[in-house]
Amino acid sequence: MGPYGPDHRESNMTKNLRLALLASTVLAGTASAQDVTLTVESWRNDDLTIWQDTIIPAFEEANPGIKVQFTPSAPAEYNAVLNSKLEAGSAGDLITCRPFDASLELFSQGQLADLTDLDAMSNFSDVAKSAWQTDDGSATFCVPMASVIHGFMYNKSIFDELGLEVPTTNEEFYAVLDAIKEDGTYIPMAMGTADQWEAATMGYQNIGPTYWKGEEGRRALIEGTQKLTDEAWVEPFRQIARWSDYLGDGFEAQTYPDSQNLFTLGRAAIYPTGSWEIGVFTPQIDGMFEMGAFPPPVQAEGDTCYISDHTDIALGMNAATENPEAARTFLNWVGSPEFATLYANALPGFFSMNSTPVEMEDPVAQKFVSWRENCEPTIRSTYQILSRGTPNLENETWNASANVINGAETPEDAAARLQDGLASWYEPQQQ
Amino acid sequence: MAQRKPFRWHIVVFLAPAVLVYTAIMIVPLIGTLNLSLFSLTEAGERVFVGLQNFATLFGDPRWSESFWNALINNAWFFLIHMLVQNPIGVMLAALLSSPRLRMAAFYRTAIFIPTILSFVIVGFVWKLILSPIWGIAPGMLDAVGLKSLFAPWLGKEEYALTTLALISVWQFVGIPMMLIYAAMLSIPDEVIEAAEMDGVTGWSQFWKIKLPLILPSIGIISILTFVGNFNAFDLVYVSQGALAGPNYATDILGTFLYRTFFGFQLQLGDPHMGAAIATAMFAIILVGVSIYLFAIQTRLRRYQF
Repeated sequence: MGPYGPDHRESNMTKNLRLALLASTVLAGTASAQDVTLTVESWRNDDLTIWQDTIIPAFEEANPGIKVQFTPSAPAEYNAVLNSKLEAGSAGDLITCRPFDASLELFSQGQLADLTDLDAMSNFSDVAKSAWQTDDGSATFCVPMASVIHGFMYNKSIFDELGLEVPTTNEEFYAVLDAIKEDGTYIPMAMGTADQWEAATMGYQNIGPTYWKGEEGRRALIEGTQKLTDEAWVEPFRQIARWSDYLGDGFEAQTYPDSQNLFTLGRAAIYPTGSWEIGVFTPQIDGMFEMGAFPPPVQAEGDTCYISDHTDIALGMNAATENPEAARTFLNWVGSPEFATLYANALPGFFSMNSTPVEMEDPVAQKFVSWRENCEPTIRSTYQILSRGTPNLENETWNASANVINGAETPEDAAARLQDGLASWYEPQQQ
Repeated sequence: MAQRKPFRWHIVVFLAPAVLVYTAIMIVPLIGTLNLSLFSLTEAGERVFVGLQNFATLFGDPRWSESFWNALINNAWFFLIHMLVQNPIGVMLAALLSSPRLRMAAFYRTAIFIPTILSFVIVGFVWKLILSPIWGIAPGMLDAVGLKSLFAPWLGKEEYALTTLALISVWQFVGIPMMLIYAAMLSIPDEVIEAAEMDGVTGWSQFWKIKLPLILPSIGIISILTFVGNFNAFDLVYVSQGALAGPNYATDILGTFLYRTFFGFQLQLGDPHMGAAIATAMFAIILVGVSIYLFAIQTRLRRYQF
């Protein structure tokens, strides 16, 4: 997830920091001498209380003698902080894994341990594990924890007030936006381009799979049989360029937390987003209005829908840990259905990848996960392999998406620039 | 025949702590960085000596060089705004403060200096809020005086963002030139001013003809401090615009470019070797700038002894 991603909420940061400081002193003080203490590195500082109040106590009760300490750092700094800690030998026993190359790099440098033979691995499908495997799939180094699904959230009260129906096709989607704009009371869509990642992740990667046909297009791009300048990859840019008419005043300087607040305060009707917001929004909205969700609209009635069901978070073991046995015990537990149920319900919107189906109570989370039944899932197109070189395709996509919405670059120019950059180092794209 | 002087050990002893500390925390890391820039990783992940190849990439590869020149030009503009806005305002404030007729001088002095001691994080965040088109007070205040049409989401517009950030930085740091110049003005002896008044040089002409030449060495020092500070700047841009220095790299300066390259960002993995090459280039730029000042300008400044 983005550094300004779902995990980054400025309003919560100071509180979390204080809690983290408090927690580390308390925990350090109470662990008795013979206990093994495992430290978990993570970027999910928003989840600190959930780990401390729900997850860790459940584990410690079942496994006396092992204490767990959750020590998250700020999402934007996580990768840099973790790398420095690993190099200095001061990193925790368990490492929260970013998907694909960031973790693969740690594994190939010998900093993450090989977990292929961990018992809990049998609970996960190959697709679930793919984000934390070597390219040939021979070694798996992190236990998958959760994926997140992209889509649109909407304010049901506003839709009722204006008599709007949830859109399923593109045409209906723009008709709804026009109607809200016409009415003028609410901002049709809450999104800004200041942080760039919103434009790329909530925009391009959200609606894109519909055009490039999910996995089919993503794999073709990796194999080199499709190019970013193909119609399927340019059209999503044209679509998000159209969105600029429906964004709030001064969206160029609107940040991700601004967008979140516009939606939770009921000032914006539609919010392009991902499922991870559910857990954050529900307490913030606090019954003020009812929140609903719909998947990215299809081009024509009856088309297959595609969703980004992005493998996002996993847990691995520091190869240099002094307590490999205890760490493996914890990882086996993380791979168990028990943890999956605990985690998916404590953090609605983070969907378990465990083969055992998980019961979820949150209605919006249920809505999101229900799309898995009739939509084709894929992951974000830039994450596997394609962001290995310089220029970095993911970063360039952020920049291009923001430019297209700001009108600083045409969709065709942006796509051509991305293709040039990718072809400059990625061999399959050079033919 | 004069007796040979004994070796003066006390000099070595007294210099040793400073030399050791300075070597350990400044010279060794600096040489380490220069050294790092001469290496690179092979496909297999081994570190090999590549000579100046990283620099060849930085200046020769169109993608790298474009980013580098963009950052350098932005940085130069950032510096220019400081020189044209921060330092003249600093001198003016100091001149006003040193006026004997000004009441509550101590209050103004403190109030203007306070932003300097604030953290970049606070300054960046506060200004982002002030200028926010959604929650900010800037649109409301402009509206109150009927100038709402002048408001734009400045931090989000390519053409304004860098200048806006530079002005925020000026707001934060204007206290430093003010204090330095103020101190220089206070050290001008009263006799000189009195003599000027006897000769009929008062008011503005007194400032231009008497005070300004006497504070020129301070202005020189401030310029060089501004230069070094600006070309090492990073925090404000990072805090308010993020490591991608948006919109469309319009606020990318050498510091943020270095950060992205060295530590990586999002899916981009860090490249310490290219990062060190950029750091070395920054060091060279600052070194050249400081040398020009020291040898070409400072030696020509006239100093007055009282």
